Amino acid sequence: MNRFDYVRPATVPEAVAAASAPGAAFLAAGTNLLDLMKGGVARPSRLIDLGRLPGLDEIESLPDGGVRIGALVRNADLAHHPEFARRFPAVAEALLSGASPQLRNAATVGGNLLQRTRCAYFYDTASACNKRAPGSGCDARGGENRLHAVLGWSEHCIATHPSDFCVPLAALDAAVEIEGAAGRREVPLEAFHRLPGDAPERESVLAPGELITAVRLPGEAAEFAAHARYVKLRERTSYAFAVVSAAAALRLDGERIAEARIALGGVALKPWRARAAEAALAGARPGADAFRRAAEAALADAKPSGDNGFKIELARRIVVRALTLAAAGTPGRVPALPASPFAPTSGAAPHA
Amino acid sequence: MPEITLTQAPAHVRHGSSIGQPLTRRDGVLKVTGTARYAADNHPDGMLYAVLAVSSISRGRVAGLDVGAAKAHPGVVEVMTPANKPPLAQDPDEKGNPFTFRLDLLQSDRVRYANQPVAVVIAETLEAATEGAALLSPCYEAEPVRAGLDSDDSFVPPAVGVGNPAEERHGDVDAGLAAATVRVEAVYETPAQYHNAMEPHAVVASWDGDTLSIDTPSQGMAMAQARIAGLFGIAPENIHIRSPFLGGGFGSKGLISGPQVLGIMAARLVGRPVKLVLRREQMFGPVGHRAPTRQTLRLGAGSDGALTAIDHHAKTASSTFDDFFEPAANVAHTLYASPAIATSHEAVRLDTGTPQFMRAPGEAPGSIALESAIDEMAQACGMDPLAFRLKNYAEVEPVSGKPFSSKALRDCYTQGAERFGWASRPLAPRQMRDEAGLLVGWGMGTATFPALMFQAQARAVLRSDGTGVMETGAHDMGQGAWTALAQIAADGLGLDLDRIEFRSGTSDLPDAGIAGGSAHTATAGMAIHSAGADVIARLADLATADERSPLFGAGNAGVIARGGRLFRRDDESRSESYADILARAGLPEIEGRGSGATDPAAQSTYAMHAHGAVFAEVKVDPDLGQVRVSRLVGAFAAGTIINPRLVRSQYYGGMIWGVSFALHEHAVMDGRSGRPMNPNLGEYHVPVNADVPSLEAILVEERDPHVNALGIKGVGEIGVTGTAGAIANAVWHATGIRVRRFPIALESLIATAA
Ligand SMILES: Cc1cc2nc3c(=O)[nH]c(=O)nc-3n(C[C@H](O)[C@H](O)[C@H](O)COP(=O)(O)OP(=O)(O)OC[C@H]3O[C@@H](n4cnc5c(N)ncnc54)[C@H](O)[C@@H]3O)c2cc1C
Ligand code: SF4
Repeated sequence: MNRFDYVRPATVPEAVAAASAPGAAFLAAGTNLLDLMKGGVARPSRLIDLGRLPGLDEIESLPDGGVRIGALVRNADLAHHPEFARRFPAVAEALLSGASPQLRNAATVGGNLLQRTRCAYFYDTASACNKRAPGSGCDARGGENRLHAVLGWSEHCIATHPSDFCVPLAALDAAVEIEGAAGRREVPLEAFHRLPGDAPERESVLAPGELITAVRLPGEAAEFAAHARYVKLRERTSYAFAVVSAAAALRLDGERIAEARIALGGVALKPWRARAAEAALAGARPGADAFRRAAEAALADAKPSGDNGFKIELARRIVVRALTLAAAGTPGRVPALPASPFAPTSGAAPHA
Repeated sequence: MPEITLTQAPAHVRHGSSIGQPLTRRDGVLKVTGTARYAADNHPDGMLYAVLAVSSISRGRVAGLDVGAAKAHPGVVEVMTPANKPPLAQDPDEKGNPFTFRLDLLQSDRVRYANQPVAVVIAETLEAATEGAALLSPCYEAEPVRAGLDSDDSFVPPAVGVGNPAEERHGDVDAGLAAATVRVEAVYETPAQYHNAMEPHAVVASWDGDTLSIDTPSQGMAMAQARIAGLFGIAPENIHIRSPFLGGGFGSKGLISGPQVLGIMAARLVGRPVKLVLRREQMFGPVGHRAPTRQTLRLGAGSDGALTAIDHHAKTASSTFDDFFEPAANVAHTLYASPAIATSHEAVRLDTGTPQFMRAPGEAPGSIALESAIDEMAQACGMDPLAFRLKNYAEVEPVSGKPFSSKALRDCYTQGAERFGWASRPLAPRQMRDEAGLLVGWGMGTATFPALMFQAQARAVLRSDGTGVMETGAHDMGQGAWTALAQIAADGLGLDLDRIEFRSGTSDLPDAGIAGGSAHTATAGMAIHSAGADVIARLADLATADERSPLFGAGNAGVIARGGRLFRRDDESRSESYADILARAGLPEIEGRGSGATDPAAQSTYAMHAHGAVFAEVKVDPDLGQVRVSRLVGAFAAGTIINPRLVRSQYYGGMIWGVSFALHEHAVMDGRSGRPMNPNLGEYHVPVNADVPSLEAILVEERDPHVNALGIKGVGEIGVTGTAGAIANAVWHATGIRVRRFPIALESLIATAA
């Protein structure tokens, strides 16, 4: 292992100050960062351990009915927080569909947002990767890219963002609270991650040294609680990243959809909010036709980045599925196989 | 070595016969409390850490290593490269017996596969050695890579598996196909797979002059000893190997691997004990894998559903520098009756590490192809797949014409089908849905694995305190050798389990042969059984020749050993304890020896195989293509069952492996670089608990008088066979889509989904 400094700041300003040095990296639970360091993919010269920062591990209700989630809240603690799970069931379901119980017990909210892509060429230091070594090329192009992006990719990078948690967050208008040398700011989650463009090494809007302090969900997000689901297609029943996934949330007004929220995971280098699909559903009657139209709209701009054309149709179908499940109503509790097509469903069969 | 304290008498031990009892593992408490000491848990005084630097190209040469940078790193003690490696007594590329494979021991700067060791960094800490290895920053002269089964001209391998002919013919296949009213021809593909035992290959080596002491997981200590002795030019008895526990082997620890020898070389170079443990990604190259296959099946059948021909052809690959050819087609030799059967193999050479034996080598990929093709043929004949298999039931081994030593396969079919509820299966596919609308399908496959034996020795001792000792250097890979072999030992010595000491797991004990080929219990068990018989015979000689013994003169009638006493066979009221016999003879103990090996006469007369039938239910999401096996029932007949609990667990493990084979497991190989791109357990998928919701294994009664005196066949590998095909067939039955490329990918199921 290369030698690095290890600092454990006591306050957020100290953390931000410590991170101003080049080569510094924040360490949360390390479930991603330490793996990257062991593989020689990340070689920070200074680790700033956020673990002892006070006040970042709280889940607070906000006056508007929303919630503020500290950056150090563990994925499992958030998912199992009864009030949170009741008000934001799709978020809880997404969290519980990610990784393994051991990882969720450790992984933090901030770390989940900033986890790196799972592109194999990114993890493999012998491969060319613009994200890891800017300008070196992209070995995923023309390589093993079955699971790579179909939306928002560029010739410089075709990777996807692997988070499940971020998908319903994007759908529900979450905001990211940031603290940096220049003070506090906040950014909508939808705008937090960057598409690759010609600089895939820049993954988020964070300036160097900026720290995520919290993620906020607005009160309106809880208005979807009765009809909110996350569905994740995987290559095994658990402990696998999404091939494609979708969060769908509906606010119904009698027979009609008053408002729909849809975001996709596993399709792009960021959680993909499908606003055109949402618009297509506004005022529509929930049903197979409307959902299929929405799905078509969501993937209208999709194109394969390699041997992954099948993901486009799968993404459409997962949108239809998520909407169908959401329309059927949020189950009383998160299924034992969260977000899985094999979770027992209540009510009508959601399949064709 | 540290004492290994096994549970002497596990719960519910029934005194009397130990064989047949469902004892819990005697090493279980050690394992669940973390006190079972695996190779890498050893830390001799003064030990250094060695870390491999491995190549990131698949073909070419190492043009430069920054040894200076590595050596300058604090804590780094030495860097071992081709330039300074200790001399070897034997060229690691020299071939010996068929079990000698070429090793990469820094003999040159050639790179012949990805992840080949190119240097070893030895340091005071693991971290320093790791960083030292990174600092070597090798540069390469790369050459074009041969990756994939179509990358080069193919040839007929000289032999497949271990010394089996690449082509075998029985009857006239072309005539059989011509005469058929129904024909099926299909091509099936299986990917490269890596063993990925939970415990990585590890070695802790200490030299003392020309004496070597090593802790390393081994499925064959005597062979490892011989190989190391040859390489270092020392006597095998000067090598002491301890391998009390293996965290899985699956064939990849059958032969000592290059990295293990490099650890020993590193210790020699620095003159201190050295530990070398592979990182997970380093297990994707120098320690074996299962080669990919492309198999073409041509079947013919008459209008009655009787097979007229089976032609099974397999294309596979070996490395560019050594020979191991997955004998995939040979599974067709034994299972189904047909007047004409041909099996053949062709191969290419790829820039990979040399493939190796991997759980059910040949049978595993061969079975998924054959069982799929049989299913396709049943469908083409409009027959139920079980009825079709029964119609083509082999009463004698089809290719050899030999009778089976025993074959309770019919019972397996019957019991498995009944338990599963097979009778209500609709013939046509895509007929069943569950309450949630998921497609449901039922499929089956026949399981088979040869009943093999290697050679083993054991030493038995009876002591004057009435206890006994049994020694054989057996290998517990997690399958339960510490328990099952001790059960055989107890019965062999006529003692209860808590009265015997079973010594195993080190190379200074009698050679227990190799723990492979599902033959360890039979082979080591027979050695134990014979050693027990030998020492009992000696004890009986003492008693029956001694007029002071109640057994005096019983020589012709014979004696029975039970519960620490010898009984006169024809008059059980006359008996004497072992302790009394030895005390009177003034002997502190008495020793016997025994061996276990194939009986060539039985082998030439009979075909010997274990059999089974596996039934699978899968659910498939009709829109999304995701598959889950919801139910598996396997019924297996494998002769005498020494310990039903352990055997069931072997079947479960094999069946889960079958799930993996059909649905999950594959190395993602980059076609340009020939490198495995998913060398970690996050991305190299095997089933997790959620993938295996319901599993049942039925132990079908079978007595085999011919395989060996104990009637033991093997159970370690058979569960893989049959299962993978059953799942593939169930996927077809659920969806109507026949996927012939494994593992079954979800995109192959969505094209025509409703
Ligand atoms: C085998 C495996 C399977 C997984 N499967 C899934 C899955 O199915 N779905 C899924 O969503 N995730 C999955 N994960 C990823 C997992 O969710 C992430 O590893 C985890 O969320 C990261 O959180 P952490 O606290 O450990 O972050 P760390 O590893 O500590 O940090 C990750 C990154 O975030 C930065 N960072 C952390 N906190 C902050 C902060 N407050 N401000 C600024 N920067 C910060 C770090 O500098 C680092 O770059 C998997 C991980 C593994 C190892
Ligand atoms: S897709 Fe992106 S992350 Fe993957 S190799 Fe290309 S540049 Fe790197």
